[in-house]
Amino acid sequence: MITLNHYLLLSAILFCIGLYGALSKKNAIAILISIELMLNAVNVNLVAITKFLTPGDITGQIFALFVIVVAACEVALGLAIVVAIYRDRSTVEVENLDWLKW
Amino acid sequence: MMESIGIKYIWLVPLAPLVAFILISLLFKRFKMLSAVTAIVSMAISFILSLDILRLVLTNHEITMNNPIEIAVPWIDINGLFIEAGALIDPLTAGMLFVVTFISLLVTIYSVGYMHDDPGFSRFFSYLGLFVFSMLGLVIANNYFQMFFFWELVGLCSYLLIGFYYYKNSAADANKKAFITNRVADFGFMLGIIILFVNFDTFNFGKLAEAINASSDLALITLAGILVFVGPIGKSGQFPLHVWLPDAMEGPTPVSALIHAATMVAAGVYLLARGFILFASSTTTITFIAYLGGFTALFAATIAVTQRDFKRILAFSTLSQLGYMVMAIGIGSLTAGMFHLTTHAFFKALMFLCAGSVIHALHKQDIFEMGGVFKEMKITGTCMVIGGLAIAGIPPFAGFWSKDEILLTAKANGFTLLYIMASITAFLTAFYMFRLIFLAFFGEKRSDFHAHESPLTMTIPLIILAVFSIFGGFIGAPFVEHGYASYVYFGEPHHPTPDLMVMVSSTLVAVAGIFLAWLIYIKKAISAEKIATQFAPIYKFLYNKWYIDEIYAWFFNKIVLGISNVFNWCDRYIVDGIAHSIAWIIRTSGYKGRYLHTGSLQTYGLVIFTAVVVITLFLAGPVVGGVQ
Amino acid sequence: MDLQVIAFWIIAFVTLGSALAVVYLTNIVHSALALIMTFLGIASLYLTLHADFLAAVQVLVYAGAVSILIVFGIMLITRGEGRMCETNTFGKYKYTAFVVIAALFGVISYFIIITPWQVTNGIVAEENMGTIGEVLFNNFVIPFELAAILLTVAMIGAIVIAREVKNLK
Repeated sequence: MITLNHYLLLSAILFCIGLYGALSKKNAIAILISIELMLNAVNVNLVAITKFLTPGDITGQIFALFVIVVAACEVALGLAIVVAIYRDRSTVEVENLDWLKW
Repeated sequence: MMESIGIKYIWLVPLAPLVAFILISLLFKRFKMLSAVTAIVSMAISFILSLDILRLVLTNHEITMNNPIEIAVPWIDINGLFIEAGALIDPLTAGMLFVVTFISLLVTIYSVGYMHDDPGFSRFFSYLGLFVFSMLGLVIANNYFQMFFFWELVGLCSYLLIGFYYYKNSAADANKKAFITNRVADFGFMLGIIILFVNFDTFNFGKLAEAINASSDLALITLAGILVFVGPIGKSGQFPLHVWLPDAMEGPTPVSALIHAATMVAAGVYLLARGFILFASSTTTITFIAYLGGFTALFAATIAVTQRDFKRILAFSTLSQLGYMVMAIGIGSLTAGMFHLTTHAFFKALMFLCAGSVIHALHKQDIFEMGGVFKEMKITGTCMVIGGLAIAGIPPFAGFWSKDEILLTAKANGFTLLYIMASITAFLTAFYMFRLIFLAFFGEKRSDFHAHESPLTMTIPLIILAVFSIFGGFIGAPFVEHGYASYVYFGEPHHPTPDLMVMVSSTLVAVAGIFLAWLIYIKKAISAEKIATQFAPIYKFLYNKWYIDEIYAWFFNKIVLGISNVFNWCDRYIVDGIAHSIAWIIRTSGYKGRYLHTGSLQTYGLVIFTAVVVITLFLAGPVVGGVQ
Repeated sequence: MDLQVIAFWIIAFVTLGSALAVVYLTNIVHSALALIMTFLGIASLYLTLHADFLAAVQVLVYAGAVSILIVFGIMLITRGEGRMCETNTFGKYKYTAFVVIAALFGVISYFIIITPWQVTNGIVAEENMGTIGEVLFNNFVIPFELAAILLTVAMIGAIVIAREVKNLK
């Protein structure tokens, strides 16, 4: 029998893989990809919890839909920023992008 | 019996000039004559209403000093602090209202002629409006708080008008001096009324009088009385806070006549009369007032003898006469003090306006550069002589009767020392005043000038004031029934029995003073220079005004600035030092700490999630540990 | 063994395996391809949760649009110079991040396990697209419209940001 915990743990593993990628990769696009993984993990969580805790209700799915919308925007904008940075610096390796300091 | 337009519209008395001030300063600034007419009309309204109040008080014998009419509305009512804005109508107020509005009206008319070439013409009239508003508000006040409020306002107007020629350094210095000196005095006054309020829980004159009568705490009354008296010491130029008044002569001459001779400086005396019960309840206070007034009278007279500036001589004469009034209050005669205030307002305003007329014509102020002006300015000269005779105390001029009453009271109440001092002052007054008149108006010309008589707007007020200076004294002359003393008094009206000896001696003293001036400056029987060189130290001492200004300067430069330097050092190196070192620590830690910011997002992310783990474990510690 | 259980485990392995591949592969194009696999796996996971509509959206939006966008992004900015296998390497936090995230995972899974979930075994409608439509246009109409605005703004923003900057003298 597959329980809620299976889904939640699956989602947790997926989230952690995404986070690991986001924190350890050099390529900016790889970081964006990893963030997509994290968002998907969240969506799985939402849908699974709705299904197991309040089966008649579909609010979780609606939420997941909105997350997908936001994620789509985020990808579009993120890639646009990456392209702009690339044009300016000819690189997208985040270790070289350190303007965020003093 | 209340059917009087004056009483009904009492609020209009101070408010009319205020409206004039607002209209002139906001709307009429560009229109010279409109400004002047507005000011004159507003003063005329106040004057007519004041006349009606005076008529009511004179004809209605129910309104007495002990039974005044009081009209008041609540002004401030905050949790136990209750202050009224009101009017207190008794013969004292009515008389003072008459004097203030009358002199204001005349001076305003006079100013039209005196100021007509001045670029600040409209500004002058707006300030006059503000001043008259403040002064009338002060006069009708029914409580100490309102009086203090307007007391400060007249101080402000005085400041503005002394500094009227603000582009002159001397004027700017003089108005600062006046303001600061008055500030010292007003602080004392304020402390006094705060003490009264704290102890008796009211500012109202009538209620305070009852409370003071019922109180047995003599030390408190003495302290409050002396503190309140500090206010008049500043405003009425008593020693040692008199220093601002001679310098205040930097203002336009009509201002000197109105504010620094007839009305504002007399506000101190008015306050002494209004709150007389407070001072009279303590022998210490009242004696202190008497001797300080007597000393100031003599002190200022000695200085006036040596001065050369037309207006400064008059200023010292004002100080001296104010000393007289304060002394009169101090020896227990409110009647004599206020009577002298009234007559003095007439003849001193007259003399200042004459001075203005002469300065307007000659553009000179040093009397040693004048001489023989009488031939060219007959009206001004005649008026000046009338003023001189009035202040010297020659019968039947106004000053004789009021001065005589003071001398009489001093003698009757047993203040022999003060009587002698006052007599010497009377002699000196006659001498320096006729020294001024002889030097300026008679003899031969001592410099090159062309004098001409002033326009009618200036001479008519002079003539009116001259008439009052001649006949004004009869309201309080001993042979007049129902005279001044039966209206303005404290407790019960009392008429001191006329003492022929005092009258004759004071007249003789005055005549002697005039004769001595004649001998020295007209007959040249005695050389003034010779006396000056023979008594050089005394002459220099007097000429430099007893070095009071120099003593103040020394005191401030050495002592106050010395102490200030110590505080300055403490502030700069200790207080600021602490503040600066705290700032330095924060700034330096910021400088060093910013190296923690690598600018790498991944580092930040790592730190954030490490913190998430740590904080979650910390918060959930009991659950994780199985404690639940 | 229930068919559902078998399906779950297969889907779980495929999804997590391809997710790991996304992170561990060093060629960025391979990572992108593995990402598509992950998205499809998650779509099947939605199917096992009776969320058909969401599964369809997942395939359309993620496996379709987002993946293509990412591939385009890679194409625009990757100068391979013949070394595509070094386009997606690890940075300096390869091991540090692993430690931290292992700890985070420990914390998360611990709380998942100890939480007493109030599971209710209700019946889930087989076909819920209609319900989603009703709820979306009744209860969530304002967020729905806002999402539309957000998409427009994001589109315009992406164009403005990525547009070539003209040299302004």
